[in-house]
Amino acid sequence: MTPDLSAEFAGIRSPNPFWLASAPPTDRAVNVQRAFTAGWGGVVWKTLGVDPPVVNVSGPRYGFWQGDNRRVQGFSNIELISDRPIRINLREIAEIKAQWPDRAVVVSVMFPLEASVWAEWLPRIEATGADGIELNLGCPHGMSERGMGSAMGQAPELVERVTRLAKAHTRLPVIVKLTPNVTDITWSAAAARAGGADAVSLINTINSIVSVDLERMAPMPTVDGKGTHGGYCGPAVKPIALNMVAEIARHPSLAGLPISGIGGVGTWRDAAEFMALGATNIQVCTAAMLYGFRIVEDLVGGLRSWMTGQGHTRLEDVIGRAVPNVRDWSQLNLNFVTKAQIDAHRCIGCGRCYIACEDTSHQAIGRVADTGRYQVRAEDCVGCNLCVAVCPVSDCISMETLDSGVDPRTGVPITTQPMNWAQHPNNPVAPCPSGERQGD
Amino acid sequence: MSLSTVILGPELLEARFRPLEEALPASEALTEAERCYYCHAAPCVAACPTDIDIPGFIRAIAVGQPARAAERILQANPLGGACARVCPVETLCEQFCVRQGEEGGPVRIGLLQRLSMAQASPDLFPAATTVVRAQKIAVVGAGPAGLTGAHLLAREGFAVDLFEAQAQAGGLNESGIAAYKMLDDAAQREVAHLLAGDRIRVRCGMALGRDITLAQLRSDYDAVFLALGLQGQHRLRIPGEDLAGVFPAVPFIAWMRRGEPVPVGQKVVVVGGGMTAMDIAVQIRLLGAEEVHLCYRRGPEAMGASAREQRLARDQGVRIHHYRRPLRIEGEGGDCVAIWLQPTVLQGGRCVDQGQPLRWAVDQVFTAIGQCFNPEVWGEDGASPRLDAHGRIAVDESFRTSLPGVWAGGDCVGRSADLTVHAVADAKRAVRSIRAALREDATMLAGDRRHDT
Repeated sequence: MTPDLSAEFAGIRSPNPFWLASAPPTDRAVNVQRAFTAGWGGVVWKTLGVDPPVVNVSGPRYGFWQGDNRRVQGFSNIELISDRPIRINLREIAEIKAQWPDRAVVVSVMFPLEASVWAEWLPRIEATGADGIELNLGCPHGMSERGMGSAMGQAPELVERVTRLAKAHTRLPVIVKLTPNVTDITWSAAAARAGGADAVSLINTINSIVSVDLERMAPMPTVDGKGTHGGYCGPAVKPIALNMVAEIARHPSLAGLPISGIGGVGTWRDAAEFMALGATNIQVCTAAMLYGFRIVEDLVGGLRSWMTGQGHTRLEDVIGRAVPNVRDWSQLNLNFVTKAQIDAHRCIGCGRCYIACEDTSHQAIGRVADTGRYQVRAEDCVGCNLCVAVCPVSDCISMETLDSGVDPRTGVPITTQPMNWAQHPNNPVAPCPSGERQGD
Repeated sequence: MSLSTVILGPELLEARFRPLEEALPASEALTEAERCYYCHAAPCVAACPTDIDIPGFIRAIAVGQPARAAERILQANPLGGACARVCPVETLCEQFCVRQGEEGGPVRIGLLQRLSMAQASPDLFPAATTVVRAQKIAVVGAGPAGLTGAHLLAREGFAVDLFEAQAQAGGLNESGIAAYKMLDDAAQREVAHLLAGDRIRVRCGMALGRDITLAQLRSDYDAVFLALGLQGQHRLRIPGEDLAGVFPAVPFIAWMRRGEPVPVGQKVVVVGGGMTAMDIAVQIRLLGAEEVHLCYRRGPEAMGASAREQRLARDQGVRIHHYRRPLRIEGEGGDCVAIWLQPTVLQGGRCVDQGQPLRWAVDQVFTAIGQCFNPEVWGEDGASPRLDAHGRIAVDESFRTSLPGVWAGGDCVGRSADLTVHAVADAKRAVRSIRAALREDATMLAGDRRHDT
């Protein structure tokens, strides 16, 4: 049975869970038209501000980190919100929504904390037929210097106030887009919920200097010899985004708050991981900017194909499935023992695992003299996984679980009885038999 | 039938030889460099006779510093430029690359080295010592071994006199290697780098046994390093070998590379199976020969030429024939007109004749069956070093000859295959031994002086 990818997020329906995030790809009707033709389930229109429109730099606005084969791993921008008059944007939004009634069209806004502005513009946005409002409380550059964007998103009391303001002036679902430039993302999410948010989306870009031009001695992108910190996104930020999504998803008092997952999604696997950690839908920007709108075919096809293989029939079968397995460190089973094992037939003798273990870990790998291949000494292996990380051959080194006998490193018998730090005799604070989460 | 006369000038080089030059475009080089796994105790390094830090220099390319890559190469091998062009990497470093069995094959180390060495300059050699030693050393022969020896000894602070029989330093790299491997004056540029500085005095046109004698060198210098190469050509020892139109390959390549007019036949047979045989077969074809046949008395597995060289020759239209033993060359009015070949088969590991001899009409024959050491260099007077069973100079593992104070390396000793990279490796070890020996001498002298006071 072909899995049904149709999605509902905070009451907004779309034929698939892939939306284009509020960014250059959703700046104008011509782009969105092409995006919907390519198959995107929805868009969050590039953030609207009040007139007069902002002015962007006319020099380079993107910086990037390229890995092997010049593939972009991390991407940074210093572009501001929409630099077109708000009326033009509203007219185009209305035209698009009329033409694509089955697609989600959410409008991102960034307004100052003045009730009159919200009262004036939110009804007009509603009048376009748009499906929802997203509050841009995350832009970390430019707008934040004017007291908006992440300047609001970093202060929970402001998050709550601005959310309340928005809710007071629209019947549409309000999604609060969170900035990752905070110490604890759950405070921001809690503030949004307190303000009446229907959902949160995260992460916005991370404050960054992506690189330095060593000729001009200036940050990149460099505008007339000077640069500024920008918003970082792309594959490099995915781990940070995954963690923040999971922190919200597993937080007891935030249960049920819908999450739109954003941050470095470029493949179906990335999307599935966000969903497994509790995201109800997915927003994408950088991958589209790097490869074009056609990437959605790959995302949809890939997710569908994986779900078919897993026997999942709808997105709800995936959403949040990994959340119960995200725990505090103190709840991990300290009686669980793994050892690295090198497949001698796959080993090519490059010595990467050996030198990594020898220099920086536990001196648990040796070279077999007559074959030139490498071998793990279980009596020294702590199961750290570094060798797997550095091995260039896939499936050459595996982590094998010991389920009986004695750990040759510690001499301690293997037991199937789990024991976490909360229960461990070395723990100086009183053991907590239930293993519950300790004081948040 | 008459041979036409051709001069290998710049236009012919560009039109016909340049397309055979292998190079990696800078963009591809970066991708290729990133394929290197940066192995620990890398097997490619173990396979390099000069111990070049291959993962180290490739990483320098990957991080955008090809000049630093050249610096790392030159630390281990002063002739890194020539080696990048002439090393049979498919049987050395690349054969042992851990990616050998993977898709995409081994990392193209040779081409990466070549790219790095395009950045070479005398500044990239490791700094020479500031100590000035009083001892003087004579290096005889300015081919790969002699150049390496002279360069390294000068860097150690010794005063070096480098004697070369030819008018120009460079040895086989200058005159014996195929021209398409050494375009753009690669050999001369490298020689200039190696001999830069004021500690080496180059004396060209000085041949051992003619202009200088070993006895004289031994008395005038604190040490002598012989890097004489092989000046004799092995002969086929068959009738007709002295007919016009029959040429030993090595001197012919030297004439050609010097830009002298060389005769080129229509139908050519090359006898031999090594690198030189491939070099002459390909080049005579590029110079305009219509048909080039290469005959080798054994099978493909016994050929000295690497698989890549054989492929290159085939690509250029050279027809390679195995199991053909030359019997005689037939002449007419003093010119060669045909070669008679005896088909052979392998029987119990030995080549034996089988079937009727074949007569092939030809107008030019090249012999490329190896070179030999020419003992005439010793002259009449004085002691000469002992030779080994193959008639080359016998040396120990430190490249000391049987004569005190005399070392030898490169092709004139027979400790390894006759490759440029082996000549460099020989010279490195010889220099280490010379340095140690002269330091001992110096220490003894210092000790004597202490006794005196």
